[in-house]
Amino acid sequence: MLIPHPLLGLRDAQEFTYLGDATLLNRPDPQSETADAAFHDYVYLRDNPAGVHRELWFHDAGDRSWLVVTRDTTTHEILGAELARDVKLGITA
Amino acid sequence: MAFSGFRVVKEALTGHKGWGPLWRNPEPQAQYDFIIIGGGGHGLATAYHLAKTYGKSRIAVLEKGWLGSGNIGRNTTIIRSNYLLPGNQPFYEFSMKLWENQEQDLNFNSMVSQRTIINLFHSDGQRDAYRRRGNAMHLSGAGGTLLSQHELREIAPFLNYDNARFPIKGGLRQERAGTARHDGVAWGYARAADRLGVDLIQNCEVTGFRIQAGKLQGVETTRGYIGAKKVGVAVAGSSSRVMAQAGIRLPIESHVLQAFVSEGLKPIIPGVITFGAGHFYVSQSDKGGLVFGGDIDGYNTYAQRGNLPVIEDVLEGGMALMPMLGRARLLRSWGGIMDMSMDGSPIIDRTEIEGLYLNAGWCYGGFKATPASGYTFAHLLATDTPHDTATAYRLDRFARGYVIDEKGVGAQPNLH
Ligand SMILES: Cc1cc2nc3c(=O)[nH]c(=O)nc-3n(C[C@H](O)[C@H](O)[C@H](O)COP(=O)(O)OP(=O)(O)OC[C@H]3O[C@@H](n4cnc5c(N)ncnc54)[C@H](O)[C@@H]3O)c2cc1C
Repeated sequence: MLIPHPLLGLRDAQEFTYLGDATLLNRPDPQSETADAAFHDYVYLRDNPAGVHRELWFHDAGDRSWLVVTRDTTTHEILGAELARDVKLGITA
Repeated sequence: MAFSGFRVVKEALTGHKGWGPLWRNPEPQAQYDFIIIGGGGHGLATAYHLAKTYGKSRIAVLEKGWLGSGNIGRNTTIIRSNYLLPGNQPFYEFSMKLWENQEQDLNFNSMVSQRTIINLFHSDGQRDAYRRRGNAMHLSGAGGTLLSQHELREIAPFLNYDNARFPIKGGLRQERAGTARHDGVAWGYARAADRLGVDLIQNCEVTGFRIQAGKLQGVETTRGYIGAKKVGVAVAGSSSRVMAQAGIRLPIESHVLQAFVSEGLKPIIPGVITFGAGHFYVSQSDKGGLVFGGDIDGYNTYAQRGNLPVIEDVLEGGMALMPMLGRARLLRSWGGIMDMSMDGSPIIDRTEIEGLYLNAGWCYGGFKATPASGYTFAHLLATDTPHDTATAYRLDRFARGYVIDEKGVGAQPNLH
C-alpha cells in the first residue's frame, strides 16, 4: 500500500505504524459526569466498518507526523491522507 | 450410517456405491428455538452440543456461504492448551480434553494428531517466563516440559541454534498439543449435528434482526425472515458487522492473518515449532507441505487477503529459525479475517438484547478453541448461565476492568 503523504508525496505504508480508528483523536472530557462510560467507549469500542475507514497512521520511519488516512477496508484502496494536526484543528485542504 | 473400518472394507468391495452426502440440505423453517449464525467451526460445534449435550431441538445454523468457508477452513490447524492466565487456561485445557475424544464422539476422522508443540526461548528472561507459563499449564493439568538446548538438538537438529542475535536456548514443550484437519473438524460437527436433527442452512446470510421492546423475535435473511427464541452469533471476523445490525458496537477490530504452505516434502518437522524471537510458527501436514505463518498484517481489513510486507517478514522469521527453509518452494498463501479483540481474549456472553448471544473475539487462535467454544456457548444458550470454564469471557469485562490480556499490550488489537 502507498500512502499519499500530504507533505512528502507517495510513501510506502511500511514506513508507518498503524494505530486505529481516527475517532481516537476525540478524547472525551475527563471532568464530565459521564467520563467513565465515555472513556470505556473511547478506549474499547470500535465501529470496525467494512468499507470506508478513517484511521491513524504514524510516519515513524519518515517525518514522524500523524496522518488520518481514508481507506476502503474491503479493497485496501487508499482514498486520501491528511495531517492529523489539520484534522484536529479543523483545517481542511 | 456410521463410519467404521468394517464399512470402509465393505464399500471397497462393493465399488464405493453406498456413500451418501454427509448432511441434508433443508429449506429453512418459519420458526426455530435456537438459531446459530455462522457455519464455521464454532457455530457448528455449538449446534452439535445444543442437541447432543443439552438435549435441545428445533435448531438451525445459518451460513452465508458454504459450511466451512470462513476461518475454519483457512487456519494453520494448531491445537494447544499452553496459556498463562487463569481466565484462559482452564478453558483451553477443557478444549484439549474434548479434542482428545472428538473423533469417537463425532464418529468422524478429523485427524486429530497430538504431535506436540515446542515454543522456543532465546534468552534467560524468556526461559523464566516460559517456566512460569509451564507451571500455569501444570496447574490446569495440561502438562508440559522445559527442554534444554541439548535435549532440543536431539529433537530438531536443523534449527539455527547459534544465530548470533537470537541463539536458541531451549523450549517449552506441550506433549498433548498438535494439529487437526481443519475442514474435517467442520464436516465432522456438521454431519453429527445434522444427524441429531439440526438444520444446516447454507447460502443464507443474516441481514438484520427483528427486535421488539429489547427482545429478539428473529432474523432477516437473504432467504426470508426466520423466527427464533434465542439467537447465537458465531461469525468470527464478521462479528462487528453482524452485531451492528442489532445496534451493538464491539471491542473488536477485523484484521487479516496470512498463512503459507510449501511443496510436499518428506517428514522433517517434528510437531509444531514456534520461534520465540519473532513471530513464526511451522508444522508439517500429513501430505508433506510445511504449513507456517506469523503476524497479522496490522490494519483493519475485510479483504481476506494480505500484502507482501508481511509475507517477507514471515519468511525472514522462518529463515532466521531454520535456514533450510530457503530450499523449499512456496506453494501458496492465503488470508482470513480475524476478530481481534481489545485484550486478545474471546467473548462468550449474553447481550443487552434478550435472546441475543455473542461468541466472538477469537483473534488468530480460535481453531484450538472450537470444541470448548461450541460446548460452552451451547451451555450459555441452553441454561442462561456461563459454563464454569468460560466465566471470564464476559462482554462487560472491559468496563469492569477485568481484561484478560495474555501479552500485556493493552487495548491495541494489532499487537495481540
Ligand atoms: C491464516 C489463519 C491461521 C490460523 N491459525 C490458527 C491456528 O493455528 N490455531 C488456532 O487455534 N486458530 C487459528 N486461526 C484462527 C481460527 O481459524 C479462528 O479463530 C476460528 O476458525 C474462528 O471461528 P469459526 O471457525 O467459527 O470461524 P469461521 O469459519 O470464519 O466461521 C464464521 C462463519 O460465519 C459466516 N458469516 C459471516 N457473516 C454472516 C452472516 N451475516 N450471516 C450468516 N453467516 C455469516 C461466515 O461465512 C463464516 O463461515 C487461524 C486463522 C487464520 C485465518
